[in-house]
Amino acid sequence: MKAIINIGLKKGVLDSAGKAAHHTLDTVGFKNIVQDVRIGKQIIMELNCTDESTAKEEAVKMCEKLLANTVIEDYDITIEA
Amino acid sequence: MKVTVLQFPGTNCEYDTKYAFEKLGCDVEIVWHEETSLPQGTDLVVIPGGFSYGDYLRSGALAKFAPIMDAVKKYASNGGKVLGICNGFQILTETGLLPGALKRNDNLHFISKHHHLKVVNNDNTFLQELEVGEVVNIPVAHHDGNFFIDNDGLEELQKNGQILLQYCNEKGENQILNGSVEQIAGVCNKEKNVFGLMPHPERAMEMLLGCDDGVKMLQGLLK
Repeated sequence: MKAIINIGLKKGVLDSAGKAAHHTLDTVGFKNIVQDVRIGKQIIMELNCTDESTAKEEAVKMCEKLLANTVIEDYDITIEA
Repeated sequence: MKVTVLQFPGTNCEYDTKYAFEKLGCDVEIVWHEETSLPQGTDLVVIPGGFSYGDYLRSGALAKFAPIMDAVKKYASNGGKVLGICNGFQILTETGLLPGALKRNDNLHFISKHHHLKVVNNDNTFLQELEVGEVVNIPVAHHDGNFFIDNDGLEELQKNGQILLQYCNEKGENQILNGSVEQIAGVCNKEKNVFGLMPHPERAMEMLLGCDDGVKMLQGLLK
């Protein structure tokens, strides 16, 4: 299975990079369309398992233990076949 | 006094740190991250600055699983003194030995300069040689020094006297440097045996190099 993990700063934690990109988008002609920009990271993993719930469970453990710092970050996991 | 300075791949302040504590009369040993125990008789563990594991994933995130860190956690939980400087501070927050987290600086720049710091609490071994409100001038050099903690966490820090230092101007008025909550530059744990700060006292040990305010800070740990 494949796990696609998106990690980003929690709501309420200032995302300076997102803010800077937003500002630049405003200045290059997208002022009216862009409401908010958040920048995070995506981690894509191939997992040695065939069961979706096991894949999800393990990915959650990985996020809690290492991949995300839950003091400042949220994560979102998508499992694909 | 025996000081153990940890070394990870990418650490780059271990020799400055060794120099600083030797200047204060300590016996200093640099210990590689793959070791599983601290040298016998260690009185203080210092996690120095640098870019452990290339800052991959997050600053300090990979170093927390280095073999030596289990020994450091055990040492700290038995009341042993641990100081984390810069990347060492990041490692200690990632490990959970210190509260909060260190984010990218708000202005997204790597900030490298001398900066004034104000002592907030001195009822701890680290800052006992300094007065509350005293201003020191110490170099900072970091990209991820923006201290974050939620409101409940901040209240705890304030209540327990865990805030060590704040960024300020030369008059001691708070000054924003990197976006840190309450301009916090350093904190300790509730038990006051684990200390972390972003600025580099080990780089402020000689008037020849512009400033020796670091001496008073590091000396406290040796008492």
